[in-house]
Amino acid sequence: MLRLEVRPQPSKGWGYASPLLALAITVVIGVVLFAVLGKDPVRGLQVFFWEPIKSSYALSELMVKATPLLIIALGLAVCFRSNVWNIGAEGQYLIGAIFAAGVALTADKTTGPWIVPAIIAAGVLGGMVWAGITALLRDRFNANEILVSLMLVYVAVQVLNFLVYGPWKDPLGYNFPQTKTFEAVTQIPRLMQGSRVNIGLLLALAGVGAVWVFLFRTYAGYGQLVGGLAPAAARYAGFSSRKALWIALLTSGGMAGLAGALEVAGPIGQLTPYVPAGYGFAAIIVAFVGRLHPVGIVFSAILMSMFYIGGELAQSRLGLPKSITGVFQGLLLFALLACDTLIAYRIRYIPAALRATPSRGRSLQTGQAGSAAPLGSVAGAQSPVVSGSVQAGQE
Amino acid sequence: MTTPRLQLTGITKRYPGVVANNGVSLSVAPGEVHAVLGENGAGKSTLMKIIYGSVKPDEGSVMFNGRPVHVRNPQEARALGISMVFQHFSLFDTLTVAENVWLGLDKSLTLSEVSASITAKAAEYGLDIDPSRPVHTLSVGEMQRVEIIRALLTSPQLLILDEPTSVLTPQAVEKLFVVLNKLASEGCSILYISHKLHEIRELCTACTVLRGGQVTGVCDPREESNASLSRLMIGAEPPALNVRALHAGATVLEVSGLTLASDDPFGTDLNDIALTVRAGEVVGIAGVSGNGQSELLVCLSGEDRRAPPGSIRVAGKDASRYGPGKRRALGLHFVPEERLGRGAVPTLSLAQNLLLSRRDALGAGGWIKVGALRAQAAGIIARYNVKANGPDAAAKSLSGGNLQKFIVGREIEAKPKLLIVSQPTWGVDVGASAQIRGEILALRDAGCAVLVVSEELDELFEISDRLHVIAKGRLSPSLDRAEATIEHIGEWMSGLWDAQGASNNKNEETAHAAA
Repeated sequence: MLRLEVRPQPSKGWGYASPLLALAITVVIGVVLFAVLGKDPVRGLQVFFWEPIKSSYALSELMVKATPLLIIALGLAVCFRSNVWNIGAEGQYLIGAIFAAGVALTADKTTGPWIVPAIIAAGVLGGMVWAGITALLRDRFNANEILVSLMLVYVAVQVLNFLVYGPWKDPLGYNFPQTKTFEAVTQIPRLMQGSRVNIGLLLALAGVGAVWVFLFRTYAGYGQLVGGLAPAAARYAGFSSRKALWIALLTSGGMAGLAGALEVAGPIGQLTPYVPAGYGFAAIIVAFVGRLHPVGIVFSAILMSMFYIGGELAQSRLGLPKSITGVFQGLLLFALLACDTLIAYRIRYIPAALRATPSRGRSLQTGQAGSAAPLGSVAGAQSPVVSGSVQAGQE
Repeated sequence: MTTPRLQLTGITKRYPGVVANNGVSLSVAPGEVHAVLGENGAGKSTLMKIIYGSVKPDEGSVMFNGRPVHVRNPQEARALGISMVFQHFSLFDTLTVAENVWLGLDKSLTLSEVSASITAKAAEYGLDIDPSRPVHTLSVGEMQRVEIIRALLTSPQLLILDEPTSVLTPQAVEKLFVVLNKLASEGCSILYISHKLHEIRELCTACTVLRGGQVTGVCDPREESNASLSRLMIGAEPPALNVRALHAGATVLEVSGLTLASDDPFGTDLNDIALTVRAGEVVGIAGVSGNGQSELLVCLSGEDRRAPPGSIRVAGKDASRYGPGKRRALGLHFVPEERLGRGAVPTLSLAQNLLLSRRDALGAGGWIKVGALRAQAAGIIARYNVKANGPDAAAKSLSGGNLQKFIVGREIEAKPKLLIVSQPTWGVDVGASAQIRGEILALRDAGCAVLVVSEELDELFEISDRLHVIAKGRLSPSLDRAEATIEHIGEWMSGLWDAQGASNNKNEETAHAAA
């Protein structure tokens, strides 16, 4: 029989291995899922794990989707490590996109390329403003940031809908709820011809370095970590918890807003009701699967991007609904949470035969049900079954 | 000889990297008050947890009343007749005494039955307590009574007490000993864990000494001296402290008119605290915990910045509104009582923990120079004889005493002008305690002003030049060590230092003090 035992010290190895095991479990469940749905599991896995990387075009699409996930998740890593639970990156992403669109819509035929930095700055500002509302309510009224940030996502969606159905609707757009297509000059510069990958990827990779340096090599980042790990120690050191709250939320909000700006002025090119693609929520999973570590997040962002693309391909190639993406995301997060148990616990196999030998008492539950029975007697061997509810019932 | 109440034979418990108990044998006779003495990390707690069923031994056997037992959990231990009073109470502040006791009992009883049995037990042992009082209104001594009554209600044959006197006034300790002696005379065996050698010699009739997980001696403590007991415990005499005449210099810390309402509903309000600490002297603040020590300390350290302007002056500057960082810049360094979680971040390495209060390894713009930081940590580990697995060891992997040595070292190395230390040797073994006290005195000799807040009177008498007592948020006048006696300080601990206050409520307050 199997038992969970507390490890004397959390395992470092499992900290790395747990996401891999979680991925393996996700794949296994995915295979079962494909089989149950009557699809060829090999074909299903191919769609998710091979097609997204099989050609340079596929790879570039993988990067296009991974970029916003990576940028948002980096900000969330700073936030979560500071013990601030910003669940509303999706809303900050949207408001960033709206601010960026607002700047992009001012462009006309005469606008110079300076508009691109302005769009990006507006996006960052938008995300910060939206996260700043959460920070303000938490700081001023001690409102729970999880609820506030989550609710603000839905407010942001309504703001977007109001704009695209109302004031910003393209007059020449046959009454479709969308803005006019942005001028070409507002397009975020692409890295190469024939691919949609733009400088956002470079910004994201620079972000990886910047977040790593901030968290692990600067005093300010150290303050954030301490505030997250031991609030009393942060007070003792003199790190302000209010400052940490604002830094955490403004950083993650700004990053989410940046992702929104890059998306709306990049691959999308206009504001539509379909801007919210769930990147803000998926990035939470990306951040945790990447162990809140900037380098880990690179890998998990690519993985999550595969799920997005795989889901779209599954729709066209296998005739499965696109929501299979969400199923895989959910499976991965659940599997990860389960596997993380192994960081603090270990599984021990205890052969049934040994359980009757009380002298090997370390991990056996051989207590005698409250009364003192003779050591090693038949009664002693049987009593665990009577009283030990957890492992009873096999003899 | 009669059957021992408890007999441990060859108990061994291994944890990865450390053998907590190595072939420990122990025998407790019925009605015996048996001391278990040992340094921190000697394996006392593990042994008690094995007896109480929360840890399984790898080897060895436990006999209770002559029959082998395997205690699987504390419930079974209680069913056998083993009760334990922990050092840290497990009481809910907002519930009444009776409700707290009820929580741990058989649910078939009604609350009024529980109240009645509490009153009956309390009367039997002279543990005066009102079952209907909410726990947060009780003094620490009274809370301990609740814990003891809770243990006694199970009619134990063996009562384990873990450092029971660490939070009590001297008068309350005497009262506790009366209760324990009465229990023992009725045949209840008592396992008494303590660092305080004189208490063990006064109370206990047998003593098992542990060192490094092994039994190093079994003796009758009444026939031993403090020196012979500590030799058994640490293997060598603790180094003597050098005591010398006072050469106090300029005033470094001046507190006056510090009145502040606590922001915790169960906290203690500070009332007109006045205090001076000069360079080259150690000022001690005695008092039973919960009388305003923590509130005063957060005001002094800067963790609480609400002190009235002008009430706290450090090196001549009004620091009452400064945060901890600015006060450190003035030379004020602080060693808090809680090591893990406040003085150090448990999961971070020792090197990283340096950054909490030291900025030596920071470059321009707050850049952390990792190499310099690790070297600095390695230096402290070597100089202060910290037993740790290098500068990258996580703070929580150290024993309490070693972490305290590291934290004290961290603050002393900063060359402070004023060092404030709370409970410098709380839960620290004898060897490390002596070292820490020695370091504090060396710092004083180097001209640093030192303020020590402690519940251990022996410690305060050993290192202080002057003493204050804090009670109910008020601070007594200062008393030279030469004039102070334990009785005098003990009386002041109940707040009786000015005649007018004393006449009104003397009786009530003495009763509290005795608690």
